[in-house]
Order: sequence, then structure tokens, then C-alpha cells
Amino acid sequence: MTTQASVHEGGLVRRRRRFTLADKIVPVFAGLAFVYLMVPVAYTVAFSFNQAGRRNLVWQGFTLDNWKNPCGAPQVCEAFVNSIQVGLIATVVSTALGTLVAIALVRYKFRGRTLANLLIFLPMSTPEVVLGAALLAQFLSMAMRPGFTTVVIAHVMFCISFVVVTVKARVASLDPRLEEAAADLYASPWAAFWRVTFPLLVPGILAAGLLAFSLSFDDFIITNFNSGSAFSTFPKFVYVSANRGIPPQANVLGSFMFFLALLLVVVVQLVGAARRKRHARLG
Amino acid sequence: MSIAAALSTEAKHGPVGGSAQAPPARKARLGAYLLLAPGMVYLFVFFVLPIFALLATSLYERVPGTELGVYEPALRWQNYLASLSSYYPELLRSFGYALTATVAALLIGYPMAYVIAVRARGKPLLQGLLLVLVIAPFFTSFILRTIAWRQILADESWVVGSMKFLGILPPDGRLTATAFAVVCGLTYNFLPFMVLPIYANLERMDTRLVEAGGDLYANGPTTFLRVTLPLSMPGIVAGTLLTFIPASGDYVNSSLLGNNATTMVGQAIDRRFLVTLDYPTAASLSAILMISILALVLVYVRRSGTEELL
Repeated sequence: MTTQASVHEGGLVRRRRRFTLADKIVPVFAGLAFVYLMVPVAYTVAFSFNQAGRRNLVWQGFTLDNWKNPCGAPQVCEAFVNSIQVGLIATVVSTALGTLVAIALVRYKFRGRTLANLLIFLPMSTPEVVLGAALLAQFLSMAMRPGFTTVVIAHVMFCISFVVVTVKARVASLDPRLEEAAADLYASPWAAFWRVTFPLLVPGILAAGLLAFSLSFDDFIITNFNSGSAFSTFPKFVYVSANRGIPPQANVLGSFMFFLALLLVVVVQLVGAARRKRHARLG
Repeated sequence: MSIAAALSTEAKHGPVGGSAQAPPARKARLGAYLLLAPGMVYLFVFFVLPIFALLATSLYERVPGTELGVYEPALRWQNYLASLSSYYPELLRSFGYALTATVAALLIGYPMAYVIAVRARGKPLLQGLLLVLVIAPFFTSFILRTIAWRQILADESWVVGSMKFLGILPPDGRLTATAFAVVCGLTYNFLPFMVLPIYANLERMDTRLVEAGGDLYANGPTTFLRVTLPLSMPGIVAGTLLTFIPASGDYVNSSLLGNNATTMVGQAIDRRFLVTLDYPTAASLSAILMISILALVLVYVRRSGTEELL
């Protein structure tokens, strides 16, 4: 509203005054909402510095010991490493499968498109309990023992749809004339794809991969159904130990992932900003 | 439109080559099927077949005279009646909590999305920072964040203390282990899923339409209600679905923040499946949950006239 008023100058002063109240209320309300969003994160980080024994519930004093020895509590690092392994495999496989599907859905007309779209949409609109229970029913009927493999299979399954949607947006924003230009310059379709289309898709694929990893790393419900009793991931470890008390080392690892992701996003943003600047300079 | 599209920040910068034309889809069928095949086969084997396995399991019956967890294929439709009659409070409660959390998330999330997309427009750094803040909680494990809520709402916490001091809460009142805490946790956990689609939608909105509303002497609230809000409907529909669906199936919040009177259907499914090995009841409950959600979603999407979403 304010930009609009300043564009029109003078004549709209009266209207601008009438907007003032709403102008202030909305950002203040949104600011409070951002605080609401960050408070539990702040709690998690703060309690990673707590001088706590097994039960990390009440503040007992500041210490760096937990950060110096993040594997100090039994099993916490094992679960964390499991989560990273599952996350990496699930990310690579789901990103590869999803990218191919996304390219096909945007670039080709074919019979069964609606069905394909539906098959992508349905896993996203099914609650996790149902996905977890369904997969476990399937694994039981196949006499497959739940463990590392079944968890990876499950994670790839629910990540694919999110990868497809993310990459699809990127493919749809590409100008097909770029590929045509490559063809005009005697590039084979294969070369045109790898030299022109693929590099342009990389940011979308990276975003999809990041999303897939964070979905996999944070998943609890589907993992709980399909991991059996012996195999644990980081969220499962935290949930299971919730009643006996979560060791502060879990907060250390959670906070570590948080700062790592923040750093990654900031670097991506800065690289993007630098690239936009360079493009702007080139005209 | 979806959360994922909102996360791929690059997508909003428009066609890379500079043209807004829709790409002319090619008609090379074989190529399309080759690209589709791996992903689709995967989803068929590990999504479609499991759903059928689940539906089959929901009709199994107990083998008489055997230990727990042994069932044989059957067509026992009574399983559905049995689980409905013993778990209808959990089902209704799940939908009630999920609905409340969705409305709360919309009321909290819309202003956030609006501020990021409209007020911060043209300031890419501020916009980027605010978006990071929305996505950031994803990266600390959501179970850790739910535990943090348990600490925040605990009886001896400063929140409860100051609420009692201000008289908002009776002296013997508590927040932890209540329905309020469960809904609070659900709202919190799925808030980013509400904010991102609405943001993605508002981000693409042409501000000149809002200006036109102002030029036609509509005041701020009227312009918002008659122009901005209807234009952002697809974002709202996507956001409410992405919040309501996971919230209705969630059981982490109700088991970590609730009590015995706040159990949700997810807890019942989890316990029946993994603890008492009562696969048919768990499977029929899952089927009921899935089918009612699909029905609700279809009615909702029809009603709000945004079918292109699917």
C-alpha cells in the first residue's frame, strides 16, 4: 500500500493515512508469529549447553561438555549416522527417479499423463501413518524383515513425489527454444540435454535433493513402522528416549544440523545473489 | 502449486531463457515412457501395492488356536465395524484437532506469507532471510521441537507461571498434557506447510491488481477481501491441505504433549500394529482414515473451485 501511495504522490495522502493501522498491525503480528516459530528451536539449542545428566529437562548451568563430546550418550551417534546414511541414499535415488519423471511430465504429451500425475499426488495426500502401515503390511506379506533396507525403500517412496513437484517447477520455467537453438547448432538431442538443459536444471535438482534429505532425516512415523526393533534413526532415538529423558547430546546433534542447514541456505542465497548481479551487469 | 515449488526459490524467477511461453510439449511417446518408467514402477511397487496389501490385511481374520499375530486371508468386513465402534472417538478427535490446528495455522501463517511475499517484495535479502526462518525449524528434528514444547508448557515453566500470575490460567490449571497442548503442537509443526504455498501464490500475484482496487476507491480491508484474498485461494487450499492431512494422521504431538483423553487415531493404529500385533484392526483403521481424508479433500477441492491443483 505505501509503495502505491508514494508512486501516485500527493493525491492519495488521505488513503495512505487510512492504511496506517493495518500497515503496522500485520507486520507486528507476523513478527510475533516468527517468534513463535523460533522459540522451540531456541530452546533446543539452549538446552544443548545444559549441564544435565540423563534428564535434560531443567536448566542446570552452562557447559560446553556436550558439544565437545557429542557421542557421549549411548547410541545417539549410532542413530545419527544411520539417519545420515539413510538420508543420503534416499536423496540420491529419489532425486534421480523424480527428476526423470518431472522432465517427462513437463516436456512430453503422452497417454496416461493424468494417471501419472495422480500417482505422484496420492503419496503426498496420504497421512504418514497410512503409508507406514501399508508398507509394513507389504513387507510382512513378502516376509521381509524390517531394518535398514526397508527404511531406505520407504524413504525413497515418500521423497519421490516432492522431488517431482520441485523439479517440475524448474523444468516448466525453462525456455524450450534454448534446446531448439542447440539443435540448430547441430547438437545431438543427447548433447543438447547434457550441455544446455541439464546445467539449467541443476539449481532445481539441488533444491529437490535438499528437500528430500530434510524430509528423510526428519521422518519419524514411517520409520517407526518399518525399522523393526533393532534399527534406529535419530528421530526414533529421540522419541524412544523421550520418556527416560533425552541426553543433551541429542540437542547438540539437532542444533548442529540446524546450523549446518542454515549455513548451506545462506551460501546458496549469496551465490544466487552474486550470480544475479553478474547477469545484471552483463545486461 | 505446492510447498516444494515454494522451496525451489529459483522457480519464481520465470523462464531462464526470458520467454513466458509454455513449452510446446513433444509427442515422442517412447522417450516419455522411458523417463517415467523407473519412478512409476517404484511408486507402483512401494505405494500402490502396499495400499492394496493394507486393504487386504484389513479383512484378515484370526487363525483360531494360534499365538498373537497370526492371521489368514479372509473377507471379514466386520473388522471395519469393530474398529469404527471402538475407535470412533479417536477418529473424530483427530479430525477435530487437525481442523482446529489448520484454522489456527491459517490465521498465523497468512500474515507471515503476506509479509514475506508482499511487504518484503523487492528486498531479496530480507525475503530470503524470512523464508529461511520459515524453513529453518525443519532442520532441527521435529521430535526435538515437540519436546521443547513440552518444556515450554511444563507446570514449572515461566509461560505457565506468568499466565497464572495474569489470571489467564487458574492457579491449579496446567497446559502440558492437555488438548490445548496437542493442538498447539500440531499448529506449530505444520505451520511452514501453510506458509510456503500461500507465499508462493502471493509472490506471483500482480500488485497492480491491488493498486487498481485502490484506484477504484476501495479501502485497504475491502481491497484485501475482494482482490488479494480471492486471488490467493489456490495457495490457501494447498496450504490447508498440506496442514490438515499430516495433522490428522499425526501421533507424535498427541503422545508427547497429550494425555489418555487426547489420543488420536494415529496412536491407535501404531499401538494395534506394532504393540498388540492386531494387524486387521490397524489396517482397517488406516483404510478408514485414508478414505475419509480422500473424500474430505475431494469435496473441499470441488467446493473451493481449484481443481487444477490436482
